[in-house]
Amino acid sequence: MSAVESRTVQAGLGIRPQAGPARTSGRGGPARRVGDVVWGLVAVAVFAMSAFPVYWMINTSFLPNSAIRGEDIAFFPTPDLFTMRNYVSVITDESRAAFTPAMWNSIWVTTLTVFLAMILGFLASLALTRFKFKGRRTFILLILVVQMLPGEAMFISLFRIIDSWHMLNTVIGLVLVYLAGVLPFTIWTLRGFVNGVPAELEEAAMIDGCTKAGAFWRVTFPLLAPGLVATGVFALIQAWNEFILALIIMSRPESMTLPIWLRTFQQANEATNWGAMMAGSTLVALPVVIFFLFVQGRMTGGLVSGAVKG
Amino acid sequence: MTTSFLDAPAPASPPPTRRSSRPPRRRKPVLPWLLLSATLVVLGVFTGYPIVRLVVMSFQEYERAQLMGTPAEWVGFDNYVSILTDLDGFWTVLLRSFVVMVICVVLTMVIGTLLALLMMRLGKGLRVLVSVGLLLAWAMPPLSATIVWGWIFDTEYGIVNNLLTRITGDRWFGHSWLLDPLTFFMILVIIVVWGAVPFVAFTMYAGLTQIPGEVIEAAQLDGASALQRFRLVQIPYVSGIITVLIVLSMIWDLRLFTQVFALQTIGGDREATNTIGVYIFQTGMAQGHYGVAGAIGVIFVFIMMGLSSYYVRRTVQEEEL
Repeated sequence: MSAVESRTVQAGLGIRPQAGPARTSGRGGPARRVGDVVWGLVAVAVFAMSAFPVYWMINTSFLPNSAIRGEDIAFFPTPDLFTMRNYVSVITDESRAAFTPAMWNSIWVTTLTVFLAMILGFLASLALTRFKFKGRRTFILLILVVQMLPGEAMFISLFRIIDSWHMLNTVIGLVLVYLAGVLPFTIWTLRGFVNGVPAELEEAAMIDGCTKAGAFWRVTFPLLAPGLVATGVFALIQAWNEFILALIIMSRPESMTLPIWLRTFQQANEATNWGAMMAGSTLVALPVVIFFLFVQGRMTGGLVSGAVKG
Repeated sequence: MTTSFLDAPAPASPPPTRRSSRPPRRRKPVLPWLLLSATLVVLGVFTGYPIVRLVVMSFQEYERAQLMGTPAEWVGFDNYVSILTDLDGFWTVLLRSFVVMVICVVLTMVIGTLLALLMMRLGKGLRVLVSVGLLLAWAMPPLSATIVWGWIFDTEYGIVNNLLTRITGDRWFGHSWLLDPLTFFMILVIIVVWGAVPFVAFTMYAGLTQIPGEVIEAAQLDGASALQRFRLVQIPYVSGIITVLIVLSMIWDLRLFTQVFALQTIGGDREATNTIGVYIFQTGMAQGHYGVAGAIGVIFVFIMMGLSSYYVRRTVQEEEL
């Protein structure tokens, strides 16, 4: 489950974000001011607790082993401690699966999944909103139910199917499996967005001389951009983070994706090299975290507008 | 286009004019299916077919030998019988999964709601601070998160053991948190709740801000205490949101895989800490009992469908499908 999916769930619940809550009262007695300080401290504590693991991961990744294993806790990679060795060793280490191919596998799998999910999802949502046909309702219901199927139950038969088609350790095999995983959500969300654009807008354009297709491309499509971005981000995070299916489908060192590559650090039986593991974790997490912080604000508005019922 | 000819009205009816009031979409039942075709193929091949194969496999004796080409024998309900009579295996795992799920859901909901109330109470600056912290936790990939928590609780050099040694004066170095199933699950719950709280907090916050200010003020004027306002005014307003959040959290927390699996790899007794997803993986992929794993998978699908049926029905109602 990703954050983006959650966002859309919120949209589905009819929640609209507001600038902030209205303060329940304007009175500001001394008791209130003491309360403000207490709540402020609680807020700082909450921030510290939720951000700590991320901070600790990045901090450790820049520390030498001596500091990691020392009795003193190194809270900052001070200049005398700071080292890039963990990153260098993680990226160049020859003894385990190499980083660069894993990165490229992840990039390819993610890009293709996002690209295909957006195209197929868009076409399907079009069919489900702008056309009336027998089986439409059934299909929508099916999409809802399929979304709830636990992939954890199915990976054995998936593995056997992929194996019998000789698609193990291929990017396209993993992409197709991911595609089946993200499509229901993508279609469901985009359907909401297309529904949100009133058909009258298109009809107006058609009266002005547009063809049906032309009206759609010029009027409705631009309004769907936020929806496409939202579903794209969802597919991106899913494909980048996915672990179980990648674990069984991409088992060869040269075809591993980043999460599976990260796992190889755990298998080494010598004392765990936490510096290297934190550097690896950071490399896997950072693109998603940065990307997510960056899109989050923009996406919220888009996703919520998708929930507006036309 | 062929279909539209076949479906064309009887010749007796007047031919439709160019600008008929009837929307043109009604006359092209082929086009929507054309648009859906790629999706249908992908979902059919990579979701529908695996489900069928899963069900078939669950009625067969399917071991490593069958994977190599020995024909699989039909065994009827044998796999199901062996699972459902396996008290130490399947039932223990199922019970464990449910207990972990319930603890996670309760903690996530309570902490998430409290944080939402906290954000209501805070000024803008501090609210942004809390939001950024929650966003960081939310955005962390589950695998990275699990490894980091594993490091925090590491036996030899983890910061928790280090701090405990300083605080208590006892020597905590060498204390393994993951070896004891009880503390293993404690850490698992921390990881899961830490990652799941942001969503609940943000959703509850968004829901609570929808309550009109006048309603709260009216309650205040009537002399309702903060607790009474929360229980009698705010909760009823967001009860729909709460229900959906609980259902979704239940589904997600029952499906835990990555966190359990990665934590077991860091250290921990697999036998004593399996949850249902990992158990299927162990039975099938690791031990090669594909038929039995398939049957557990089928049971798991039924459980999930049962849990999500409420959510699906509710969505159908709301969307007026």
